[in-house]
Parts: sequence; structure tokens; C-alpha cells
Amino acid sequence: MSTQRIVFVGVGGQGNLLASNLLGQAALAAGVQVVVSEIHGMAQRGGVVESAVILGEATSPIVSNAEADVLVSFEPVEALRLLPKANKETLIITNTRPMPPFTVAIGAAPYPPPEESVAYLGKKVKKVVAFDGQALAEEAKNPLSLNMVMLGALFGAAELPIDVKTMKKVIRSQTKKRFAASNVKAFDLGFKAAAAA
Amino acid sequence: MDVLLTPSGGKEHLLLGNEAIVRGALEAGMAFATCYPGTPSSEVPDTLYRLRKQFPNKVKYYFEYSTNEKVALECAAGAAASGVRTLCTMKHVGVNVAADPLMTLAYVGVRAGMVLLTADDPSLFSSQNEQDNRYYARLSGLPMLEPCGPAEAKEMTSHAFDLSEELGTPVFIRTTTRVNHAREAVKLAKLGKVKQKSKFVKAPMQFVTVPAVSRNLHLRLLNIHKQAAALSESSPWNKISGRGKLGIITNGVSYNYVADAVADLGAKSKIKIFKVGMSYPLPEKKLANFLKSVDKVLVVEELEPIMEEAARAIAQEKGIKVQIVGKMPGQIPAKSVDVEIPKFLSRAFEYNPRLVRSAIAKAFGLKYKGTAELKLTGMPAPPGRPPNLCPGCPHRATYHAVKEVMGDEAIYPTDIGCYTLGLLPPIQAADFLICMGSSVSSAGGISRATGQKVVAFIGDSTFFHSGITGLVNAVHNNHNFTLVILDNGTTAMTGHQPHPGVNTDSIGDITTHVPLEPLVRGLGVKHVTTIKPFKVRASKKAIKEAVAHDGVSVIISKELCPLFAKRVAPTSKKPFYVNQDKCKGHMDCIKKVACPAMFVEDGQARINPMQCIGCALCAQICPENAILPVKAKA
Ligand SMILES: Cc1ncc(C[n+]2csc(CCOP(=O)(O)OP(=O)(O)O)c2C)c(N)n1
Ligand code: SF4
Repeated sequence: MSTQRIVFVGVGGQGNLLASNLLGQAALAAGVQVVVSEIHGMAQRGGVVESAVILGEATSPIVSNAEADVLVSFEPVEALRLLPKANKETLIITNTRPMPPFTVAIGAAPYPPPEESVAYLGKKVKKVVAFDGQALAEEAKNPLSLNMVMLGALFGAAELPIDVKTMKKVIRSQTKKRFAASNVKAFDLGFKAAAAA
Repeated sequence: MDVLLTPSGGKEHLLLGNEAIVRGALEAGMAFATCYPGTPSSEVPDTLYRLRKQFPNKVKYYFEYSTNEKVALECAAGAAASGVRTLCTMKHVGVNVAADPLMTLAYVGVRAGMVLLTADDPSLFSSQNEQDNRYYARLSGLPMLEPCGPAEAKEMTSHAFDLSEELGTPVFIRTTTRVNHAREAVKLAKLGKVKQKSKFVKAPMQFVTVPAVSRNLHLRLLNIHKQAAALSESSPWNKISGRGKLGIITNGVSYNYVADAVADLGAKSKIKIFKVGMSYPLPEKKLANFLKSVDKVLVVEELEPIMEEAARAIAQEKGIKVQIVGKMPGQIPAKSVDVEIPKFLSRAFEYNPRLVRSAIAKAFGLKYKGTAELKLTGMPAPPGRPPNLCPGCPHRATYHAVKEVMGDEAIYPTDIGCYTLGLLPPIQAADFLICMGSSVSSAGGISRATGQKVVAFIGDSTFFHSGITGLVNAVHNNHNFTLVILDNGTTAMTGHQPHPGVNTDSIGDITTHVPLEPLVRGLGVKHVTTIKPFKVRASKKAIKEAVAHDGVSVIISKELCPLFAKRVAPTSKKPFYVNQDKCKGHMDCIKKVACPAMFVEDGQARINPMQCIGCALCAQICPENAILPVKAKA
């Protein structure tokens, strides 16, 4: 099978490392060769957190500029910041709910309106799936499940060599019992939102 | 149960590189482990610590967080000399701290397998430099293995214990961030038998390094090196794949970039790859044969041109007519990776698949039409998102009080930890930093050389790590500065590990707590005050007195890191809010402390109740007393 390079980006606390780890486990369960890489470090302190999941033949743990097949961004301006990783064939999936950095929150720097960011992404790549993922996480009654919403959206929008059932099984077995049901719900909502887009 | 403790082998699991290293050590029957934490190595000790805590009856090894890397290595050396299999882990710069014992430990050797993990950090994701610790193998004479990913990291760690025992010498495992923090399928082997206790057999002619003994021990080391060199020639970790008249020599994670690139370039029948896994001593004969078998060789290695220089030396010595290219003499990237990813093989920063692919294509005249980079003109500029101290972080309060008293005039030597973020505005109280512990000692130098007012900052873990000796020096030599010890009761930066100053009751460890204040007094500091940083007025008063003291004064600013406190001693403080009738929009709160729980709306400060943890720092700054606890609203 050909290689699929997926890059996740989020802000500390949004849980994108869990999403990439679970996707990696689902790949292993589905018998798909996989490498996951993470940048730890500043996650706790509100910085940008990036991770990558590479499915298929490749063994390199990271994704170079212009070589991501899919970008999954948990925050609209982070999708812009990550854009150098994309090429014109890249699929971009982004949450549209802003998490303004501190400089913006205190009015010291402008924050591009999400519609503008999404419109710009749309001009650069083949397909953009943009929706308010946080609203779906809240609909699933688990505001911390944005990572599951985005994982669902990835399955809804991209052709992956892993079936949804395997992914959900991993979510159920690997996330906290208390949240397992709402996590699967969040995944389903994300899936539907992306499949409809 | 945890998969890492599965007794049997056979199953595959998706493991983080650092978890794979733990498993490799357990499969080898490791009985003893020491460390000082540091990214990207920390998940190795943290996993050992967690497993021991969660499964005290299943785990058969002794584990400790040591005070610093030198101590960790010496403690490990004692265990290995006593005959139990030992692991010692640290980040690359930690080896600098441990370098003194390392160099002579290499002389005396070990009686049971001992593995030393050095986790390097090309591109400085979370480090103060990107030194290449492959040089330490050369400096000490110890063998080194370099895995390319988690699966190999497990195998090599386990093998390293055997190799160490075979040679009677410690063995390095050198990783880089991309190995430590990658996950891939790792196939387990069965857990090893653990020899937990041994007996120290006296042998002063091996273990007491007076000159007469060490002269012989140096010869011992050289002989071991010879033996290791022979093993390297036949080591399964040094392997050649592919065929053709073009060659690539590579190591570590770069191997993956090379292997993918050769496949992408459709050049598997043209290019042979020499994957160096046992990188010291290098398999010189095998390399010589490889060099003879090709017309041109490209060396792909991150950081220093170590293998490249070795290849050139081998070719020269053996009169091999092969063209060797790599990064020598070498271009220097014009900009740092934050701005631009380098596009050629350089001595700076980590490599990536595209860079390596294009370097190979260029070196060998191969064509590759890759995907084009997007032109991003007119892109709405994403605002910066620098890391910031957490809401309610006591460091912010301490910095605020010191800045209120000392302003911008004082010189602020600082140290390494979360508090280094005090570099950023609006705090900006960081003027000099080179390594852990440098705050205290450099403060003495700066104040002596200039007579300027100096206030130095150091974290509690860092103080125990390497601040104590500097403080003794300052007392003894009558230096004149104030040291602020930021006692947040944990090693926050690297993942909240315990250290000697941590109150052990709160975390249920069986270690002994070494309280700071009596220690500092015992070192001879005459003026010592402990403050509660969220009591702003009292803190400022104490700081004023401390800086007025002629000589060395110490302020211990004591307040738990709230992220750590949430786990060990949760409190139920109410968040604060800004009373909109009282707020006059001075923005003192925002301008002075930049707490990420605050934002501005309609010209007034506001507080996000989801983020505020009720530390009350801003409430004490507001001149209008407009910031109040939420309960007072009702
Ligand atoms: C020699 C060396 N070892 C380890 C590290 C990694 N490291 C950076 S800061 C730090 C500890 C910080 O703890 P502390 O001083 O208590 O400050 P805090 O983060 O809690 O504010 C460590 C272990 C390093 N930079 N250098
Ligand atoms: S982790 Fe703790 S010490 Fe570090 S910035 Fe956050 S609150 Fe402060």
C-alpha cells in the first residue's frame, strides 16, 4: 500500500497526542505498518503540540514540508501555521473554534477570523473540511473530547486503511472508562460532520 | 497489568521509544536503575518509577531519581561493580555533569552489565544546546549503540547488557528525540531473570584508581577497545543492504530517512546502504570494504561529521579511491529552524525525509519530482503562541514581587526549569543562563566584576542538582547577591518528578525529605527568609530586606506547582472575577503579570473562570480592588 502521512496539531491541553497514539494503535490492530512521532515538552504551558502518524511502507517518523497527505488541526490558526507541511493535494481538516493565544486575548495582536483562515486554506489545497468541532464535543457531553471529534472527522473525510470498527474498539478500550461512551459519541459526530462536508 | 510487564514474549505492542528501552532493560533482567530526568530521556525513568509504584510486587528492580547525573552515574557504577545489572539514564547535557565519573569508570569497568542512555536533542526541542554525544564514546573509550527507532531501541538495550558483561565495561545507548518520542510496533521477548542482590568482592587493584592502578587500567581499557572493535566488525547492528556502485553510510533515525529516500528515488538497485548501529568502535574493516566496493559515498548523519571523518581517514589510510561527500567542509544554514528548515546536510539541526532525499538525489545525480511547496503569500499571519507560565504558577508571583522591588536595573542570572519562561515579557527577569546551577555561581562572578545589584533565580530541583556547591562557594568567598530558590515542591519542567526537597508524604514514596531552609542555613548563609509568594506585600518586604543584606542572602519562595498540587493535594480555591463597575481599565494586572487566564473585553480585564485557579495574585495588584473571588459575587 502507498504511504499516508497524517500530521496532527493542537494547543497544549487539546489532547492531540492521545489522538495520534490511538490512531497508531488502531493501525497496529488492523495490521497496517505505522510510525507515530510526538513532540513533548511545552504541551503543559499552552504551546503548540504537533504529532504525526505515518501509515504504510515508510519508516521515517516525521513528515517534511509539502509532504503531508492529511493535516488535522484542532485550532484554526494552527492550521495556517502548519500549512507549509501541505501541498496542493493535501486534505485539511480543521476545527473552527478559536483558542486565541494570550497576546490576542489581551488585544496586543490580531487574530485572523476563522472564516478568513478557512478561505485561505481552501485556496491552497484540494479539500478543506472545516467545522466547529468543539460544539460537537459539547454535544457529546464531554468538552474534552475534541480529539475524538477530530479523529472521527479524519475517518469521515480520508480514505484510511483502518476500518472504523477497529478504531472505535481502540477508543473504547484505551480511554478512561468513564469517558468511553462520550468519546465514541464524539467520534461519530466528527465522522458525520466530515462525511457530510 | 501493564504490557511492559508481560512475562512472556511474542506479542507486538505500539511502544514509545522510551518505553521500548524500559522493556529492553527488563528483558535483560535489569536490577538497578538511576537517572536524572531530562527531555527527551524522561519517560524511561518515569516509566520505571510508575511501574514500581503501581506493581510493587511484580517489579524486581531498585529505582531512584538521583540528585544529578554525576550522582546517578556514580550510584549506578557502585551497583554494577557489585555485580547487578544496571541502567543509568540522562539527557545529552547530563553526560557533561557525569563526565568526571564517566571517564574513570571506563577504566575500572563493571562486573555486571551496565547501560548508560544518552538522549540527544538535535534541533534543541527542549535543551540548551545540541551537542553530539557520540564524542563521549570516543572521549571515554566506551562502546556505543545507536538505534534507529523504538523496536531497535528495545533490542539494542537488551543486547547492550550482554555486550557490557562480555567486555566488562559500561555501554552507551545513544538516542535522539525522534527515537525517544516515536512509537512503533515492538515485538516483546520474555522478561529476563533478575539477580537482585549481590556481594561486593574487594579488588582494589581494579577499583581504586590511584595512579599506579590507573596506569594499568588505561591499558585494560585499550585492550577492551580492541576487543570491542573486533565485535563491531561482526556486529549484527552494522549491516549493509541493497546493491550498486553508490553508497550511503548512515546511523540512527537518519537511516529511516535514507531507506525511505532510496525507495522513493527508485534507486534500490543503484545504492547500497551501510547502517551503522554499533557506532563506536566503528567497524573499520567492514567500512573499508564498503568504501572499496563503491565509486561514491554519501555520509548522512545528524550533527557532527564523525563517521564522515572516519570514512575519510580509512580511505586515506587504505589508499581507497572513492569519492566521499557529506557535510564537510560544510555550509551553515542562514537561519535557525524556527524560521526555515535547512535544505542541505549541515552540522546544525535535525534532518528530515525531504532534506535527505534531495541530498541523495543531488549527490548521485538522480532525478526526483517531489511535491511542490505551497506559495504562502498573502496568508493571514498566525499570531505567535509562545509557552507561558500556567495560571496560578507561583513563579509568576515571585517574579512579580522581585521586579516590583528591584525593577529592571538589577542583573538576573537565571537557571533551567519552568521559571526560565521569566525571560518573556512582561516579566523579563532573565539575563544569564548557561547550564543547570549556573545562576548561583555566575551571580558571584557578575556581582564581583561589576558591583551591580544581582538577584539570581534557581528552581528547587536545580538547586539540589547543582546549586549547593555554588552557594557554598559564594558564602566562603564573601560574594554579594541574593539567591531566590523557587521551591515549588517538584521538578515541574520535565514532568513533575520528585527530588530530595519534595515532601515525600504527599506522594507516598519511601524516600526521605531534605528540607531547604535548614540546608541553606547549614551552608553558612546568614540571611535566609522563606516567603509565600502569593502574599505579595509580605514577600516584597522580605525581598527588600534580603537585597539590603550585605553578603549572600537567600529567599526561599515556597508554594506548590498547582499542576502537581492537583495530583497530590487538591484544594478548592474559588476562581476570581473582575467587577466591571470597579474596574477602571488601568490594565495593571495584565501588563504586570500576563496570566493566561486573563483577557481583555470592552477595555476591561476579564478572567476566564475555567482557567483561573484562585491564586489571587492579580487581586493584589489591582489598584481599584476590582478583582474578587467568585463567591463574593453571590
Ligand atoms: C544537566 C541537565 N540535566 C537535566 C536537564 C533537564 N532539565 C531542565 S530543567 C530541569 C529541572 C527543573 O526543575 P526545577 O529546578 O525544580 O524547576 P521547575 O521546572 O520545577 O520550575 C531539568 C531536569 C538539563 N537541562 N540539564
Ligand atoms: S507546570 Fe507548575 S511550575 Fe511549571 S509553569 Fe505550570 S504551574 Fe508553573
